[in-house]
Amino acid sequence: MRTALEPLRAKALKKWQEMEQGNLPVIMVGAATCGRATGALDVVSALEEKLKAMGKEAIVRQVGCVGMCYHEVLVDISAPGMPRITYGGITPDLGRDLLEDFFVRGNIRPDLAVGSTGAAHLDGIKRLAERPELNQQVKVVLRNCGHIDPSSIDDYLAHDGYLGLAKALEMTPHAIIEEVKQSGLRGRGGAGFSAGRKWESCLQVKSDQKYVICNADEGDPGAFMDRSVLEGDPHSVIEGMIIAGYAIGANKGYVYVRAEYPLAIRQLRRGIAQAKEMGLLGDNILGSGFSFELEIFPGAGAFVCGESTALVLSIEGKRGMPKPLPRPRTTEEGLWGKPTLLNNVKTFACVAQIIHHGAKWFSSIGTPKCRGTAVFALTGKINNCGLIEVPMGIQLRKIIEDIGGGVANGRTFKAVQTGGPSGGCLPSAMLDLPVDFDSLTEAGSMMGSGGMVVLDEGTCMVDIAKYFIDFTLDESCGQCIPCRVGTEQMLKVLNDICEGRGREGDIDLLVEMGEAIVAGSICGLGQSAPNPVLSTIRYFRDEYEAHIREHRCPALVCKAMIRFEIDPDKCKACMLCLKACPVGAITGAKKTPHVIDQALCTKCGVCLEVCPDRFGAVVCLSGAPK
Amino acid sequence: MTDMDQAVQKILSRHQPARHELIPILQAVQAEFGYLPKAAMQAVARFMKVSPSKIYGVATFFAQFYFTRRGKHGVKVCLGTACHVKGAARLMETFEREMGITCGCATDDYQFSLERVNCVGSCAIAPVAMIGEDVYGHLESNQVKEVLKKYAHST
Repeated sequence: MRTALEPLRAKALKKWQEMEQGNLPVIMVGAATCGRATGALDVVSALEEKLKAMGKEAIVRQVGCVGMCYHEVLVDISAPGMPRITYGGITPDLGRDLLEDFFVRGNIRPDLAVGSTGAAHLDGIKRLAERPELNQQVKVVLRNCGHIDPSSIDDYLAHDGYLGLAKALEMTPHAIIEEVKQSGLRGRGGAGFSAGRKWESCLQVKSDQKYVICNADEGDPGAFMDRSVLEGDPHSVIEGMIIAGYAIGANKGYVYVRAEYPLAIRQLRRGIAQAKEMGLLGDNILGSGFSFELEIFPGAGAFVCGESTALVLSIEGKRGMPKPLPRPRTTEEGLWGKPTLLNNVKTFACVAQIIHHGAKWFSSIGTPKCRGTAVFALTGKINNCGLIEVPMGIQLRKIIEDIGGGVANGRTFKAVQTGGPSGGCLPSAMLDLPVDFDSLTEAGSMMGSGGMVVLDEGTCMVDIAKYFIDFTLDESCGQCIPCRVGTEQMLKVLNDICEGRGREGDIDLLVEMGEAIVAGSICGLGQSAPNPVLSTIRYFRDEYEAHIREHRCPALVCKAMIRFEIDPDKCKACMLCLKACPVGAITGAKKTPHVIDQALCTKCGVCLEVCPDRFGAVVCLSGAPK
Repeated sequence: MTDMDQAVQKILSRHQPARHELIPILQAVQAEFGYLPKAAMQAVARFMKVSPSKIYGVATFFAQFYFTRRGKHGVKVCLGTACHVKGAARLMETFEREMGITCGCATDDYQFSLERVNCVGSCAIAPVAMIGEDVYGHLESNQVKEVLKKYAHST
């Protein structure tokens, strides 16, 4: 089958080399959802117009997310005979200036550059590989994101694309599964079950029809790893799914993707059509006799559908309510009662490379129990917000301090939340923890699918716990009582604590209820719903106690326990807060320092927001108004 | 036949009355009207040959579906974790106050409707709100009025 792929690959490689070694500069703009949110498409049109006005010929390409969301909009220029330079924070105006300086004045604008790629040294520009936020990362799943044009299958083919598939089609299904098992790949959806063993159990079931489903129903708030992979490198997922289909004997696959990800759906749709056209998908793939069809199913928005039985039911057009145990595994009885293999986006994205490079290569990355890499969406109160890929087992501290660049605005690290609504918060004492499936679970959190939200001293841990319980309560499918009623009762207690009505014994009550929900719920959503509460109690019990015993919110977040005041000595009577107050609670006039009427104040905090930093007259204080 | 009936029939003609087509049908109906009108739901039930309660059972399960008319400009305030820790709750309160409606409702003139979303994946520019397809990052409460003004009485 590799001979059948060769002409496609040769053509794609030639095209890529012509572009890379050609006489035209190549300009790449990061235009995934995160880039577009910052105005990437405006930058693209500004650059194209400017090039036209300058009479300069260049190739402008839209690429996926390279992960440096904090430098968005990212523009890379790769001019003939020069290393590729990555520029950050580009607006349409800056983009026009950059082109003018770069191509007319020969000024490569080191002030706008993030770094360069390539051997040659450039004055004033660091190599990207030397930057601490990048040099500890290992890109396996994200290797192509931000480098290739995701809408071009040739780009993917030129980067070893579909080599894994071609090789797999020459192997027996058993050999493929053995390779995946040997690699040590564990499912990237959160639970970390051995992918090879899952495949094997699906292969062993005899059936006339089997299905492969890619779970791209990324529902964790604060997580966008799967979206970035689908937007930046859709073929890596398509290829992995075809290999899985061949290995377990399935001819049909579905990508279950959130309807809220329109760009990811568009890229996938295009990718599927291109792969079909080239004979890499559909009937008789690469002349192997194996056929595989792939369809997209846009999910309608239910967090619980991340659970395999619920996801399957929703494809069948039913309410997505997980099936209670004892029940057959989805690998035995899944979609329409047929054996179904369900894996996460990132799991499939690893597979093609495992087959292509071999299990040894993959298992050389990471730790003995957790092979390979972990992809995280690093967000919250951190300097370098973005998408990262690190070897399993890396110290949490390295992620926060080196890759993340530390806590934003010079504030102090308090905790990091991983695993979304199913996970927990880890305090600074845990910063030396190696990051992998097992150690995070042991510490009371979990890997989850890859959300990592950094919290600083301005985050109230009780409020965070309440936030997640509120989320799971909303997303609970409602069929089992511990989850449906239990989360509601927990929320009530948490609301009481945050609103100053907390009682002695509330903490123990929360723990008791939490443990009962973990033990009594039928699916993963309920079983993990109390985790955010339990882990914050475990590590931040004093903060709960401060709320209950002293009616004090140490982070100054809970409204019932704070007040806003204006320091008359610092107030310059500028009228800004007075005009901004939505409830007219601020009185005063020009030259008369302003005063907040505590009886009217809703504690929205707008006054603090608008008071100029150089005055700093509005302050948030602990304790309810007297 | 009313315009709505015709539009629904046109959507149904592209599908089979098979259960697994139900969610795609509902998505298509919502794409047409912005929500799932009662008459359309009944037409879907007749087409699928099941009771409307079954259709509602599925539709109400999923957060994507709305059952009341939406505003011309859909405002979505992200309440994902990254936005939450950067003050999204306050931002939501401001939108509610400026628009004079609570989350989940539409304004009387159907110019605007307001929703919460659980993550738009633009965490690096949190807190984030979307109006239609436009994304506003690093949004502060005192900018909300200005932002909404851009859309008032526009198409």
